[in-house]
Amino acid sequence: MTLLLITLLTFAAFTVIPGDAALSKLDMDATEEQVEALREEMGLNDPLPVRYFQWLSSALRGDFGDSYQYSNVTVAELLATRLPVTLILAILSLILILVISLPLGILSAMYAGKWLDTLINQVSQVVMAVPSFFLGMLMTYVFGLVLKWFQPGAYISPSEDFWGCIRYMIFPAIAVALPKIAMVVKFLRNSILSELHQDYVRTARNKGARSFRVLYSHVLKNALIPVITFLAMVIAEILAGSIVVEQVFGLPGMGRLLITSISARDYPVVQAIVTYITAVVVMINFIVDILYQFVDPRVRTEV
Amino acid sequence: MKKKLVLFCALALLVSVALGACGQGSKSSDAQTNESASSESSSSTDADTDNADASMESDTSSDSTPTTGGSVVLGMTQDLVSLDPHESTDAGTRSVVFNMYEGLVKATSDGDLEPAVASSYVISEDATCYTFTLREGILFSDGTAVTVEDVKYSIERYAQIQGESSSFATAVDSVVIDDESTVSIWLTEANSEFLAQLTVAIIPASNDDPAGNPIGTGPFKYVSYSVGQNLILERNEYYWGDAAYLDQVEFKFIADTETAFTQLLAGTIDILNYLTTSQVQTLETQYSDQFNIVEGSMHLVHALFLNHEYEPLSDVRVRQALCYAVNREEINQFLFDGASEIIGSHMIPALTTWYEESTADMYTYDVEKAKELLAEAGYADGFDLTISVPSSYSQHVDTAQIIASQLEEVGINVTIQEVEWTTWLSDVYKGRDYQATVISFDGDLNPSDWLARYKSDASNNFFNYSSEEYDALLEQALAAIDTDEKADLYKQMQINLAENAVAVYIEDPADFVAVSSDYAGYVFYPTSAWDMSTIYMVSK
Repeated sequence: MTLLLITLLTFAAFTVIPGDAALSKLDMDATEEQVEALREEMGLNDPLPVRYFQWLSSALRGDFGDSYQYSNVTVAELLATRLPVTLILAILSLILILVISLPLGILSAMYAGKWLDTLINQVSQVVMAVPSFFLGMLMTYVFGLVLKWFQPGAYISPSEDFWGCIRYMIFPAIAVALPKIAMVVKFLRNSILSELHQDYVRTARNKGARSFRVLYSHVLKNALIPVITFLAMVIAEILAGSIVVEQVFGLPGMGRLLITSISARDYPVVQAIVTYITAVVVMINFIVDILYQFVDPRVRTEV
Repeated sequence: MKKKLVLFCALALLVSVALGACGQGSKSSDAQTNESASSESSSSTDADTDNADASMESDTSSDSTPTTGGSVVLGMTQDLVSLDPHESTDAGTRSVVFNMYEGLVKATSDGDLEPAVASSYVISEDATCYTFTLREGILFSDGTAVTVEDVKYSIERYAQIQGESSSFATAVDSVVIDDESTVSIWLTEANSEFLAQLTVAIIPASNDDPAGNPIGTGPFKYVSYSVGQNLILERNEYYWGDAAYLDQVEFKFIADTETAFTQLLAGTIDILNYLTTSQVQTLETQYSDQFNIVEGSMHLVHALFLNHEYEPLSDVRVRQALCYAVNREEINQFLFDGASEIIGSHMIPALTTWYEESTADMYTYDVEKAKELLAEAGYADGFDLTISVPSSYSQHVDTAQIIASQLEEVGINVTIQEVEWTTWLSDVYKGRDYQATVISFDGDLNPSDWLARYKSDASNNFFNYSSEEYDALLEQALAAIDTDEKADLYKQMQINLAENAVAVYIEDPADFVAVSSDYAGYVFYPTSAWDMSTIYMVSK
């Protein structure tokens, strides 16, 4: 349902914004008949509902049509070359986020008010304030131009050299992950702290359970629920393509494709990407709902 | 030395033109055509030497002889539209595919045409029939022979793709195969400028996928193309002319200029054009040992174009006032460190045969005069003017901003409206719904390609300029066969545009190209071409 609504909205949006796909593809001084012929070929002359249902019926069969801006390339082919890049970036940054933020968040909560907590807090605060694109530019300059740990723009495709690709992708992944890590740390810390003030914690302590055990077997489980929700949002965001970071590091990912497609009025590609993003968000929400049931059995009974 | 090489190339071209002339039979019209060709090339050779001089100043480290082998990466901030040479594309795409394809004739760096797929040609006295002799033994990049059938096929295919009403299709009456090495192209009416149109790529008739599997006769051949990433070419071993120095060339597509510049500094790309002045400064002060800056021209007419349908602008005095009120030198200084050439009409100085110099300083910056003219026209208190500019071109946006502040001084209240490129195309260019805009136009070697858009009923006359005198001049110029007469008419047309202040013509923008000091041999063309065949690795 959500999917349908979103695709319909995108379709409608394109009829509202000015600019003609046929014109943008042709030479400036293309003749009227060339423009007409191309519009006909692209099906731009059909009324909106007709075009939408045509698109929908073929999309349901897995056919997203041909790209307008690139001759002889289907949308599916185009996405197939871009998706792996975005996926690798997403997985790498997700690993970084989990591996770094969870321990830090717990540490910070355990030593709440101590110097370690203050340090983590201060650093998070600073990192959170730095936008990804600036971090990307900073990293390109420091690690790329000065230290020469990687060569900006020299992206290698995973099919060519898998480890070479990973080595290059680590840097954009850090740029994507750092601000998110800072947010997750803060989120987790606050979540744990508020759980620690709950009655059941006092009860557990009074029964003689060691604070360490309480933290892991009781508090963390409860504290994780809001964090999972937050993480889900982060994952969806990364999977949708980190437009700016992809641009700064010269990665041929989904975000970059979306931008060029919008400015070229390449509707089929935009439509397919929007559908993909919507599907990702819907799917992740679904997975999160299932995860809740594992973490907190109460959710299951309520449903 | 680089200077020597450029001179040598220019000489070689001259010789080849002259040789082409010898092989061309004895019709009187040939003699005339060839004369014009050689006079054109000798005059533009001077301009080229100047270019070479300019590049020499910064070019200190590339003191070596050309070596064969190696590869180069050229960065560009756009993707290609199509590899099919007959499709309508943009200047960037044409500049790239120039390396893979050739027409019966091809453009040279000094604004001339030299025989390519054809070894010689004859133009009939009345300029209605162009006869070409196929170059002996010429092969496509896949090793198959080029036949006259391929020539006929290519020209007919191009005409068909351009559409029945296109200027090319209406001009060509028929393509006739005379024998297995000669082809005649018959025109519907006399046209002495048609040769420049015959740079249309010759491709094999047997290839049913010209966009996906490009085959041509150029110095490089296709290897691979990845959408949004790169195009890779390698040396065409079957090339008829001087083989390219480099084994491989990569054109890398990069999202924006800042990222491209970072990649240049990191050594990911070796050549980057259209540098901004601040980028040039960075390279010259911090990286002078790693890069050479080659300076040329973009070969564009950069101007503030006006819609004559907009009430105040329909008055010639108002338009002249704008010309006096805009300080073109200030724009040139701000955007190009003063390296651009100021122009006063719709023609670039590089086309020396046709360019009318006197237009450049017809209007000198004079605020008082502008105010007087405005008062005379009844706009003593100024008026409102909206300048629409395509937002993706920072050069145009910057220019519009400078102009806005300059016009403010004569009381014209300017609003800048930034629009997306596609919107600009549909509303401003096609729809003619605007008051003024900043843009630049390119063109080919034919003067008519630049000037025909001002004809009253031209479909691309988005200025709505209408002048009977101009239309008559254009008609005469197109029909004229004698080059001197033709040039005289085209010069009168440029003066007509300048006197009527049809637009505020600003400059032919300077083009700064960074070339890694590992390479040399970059050559500028007055047409859309990034010729990679002259580039070589410097042996150290």
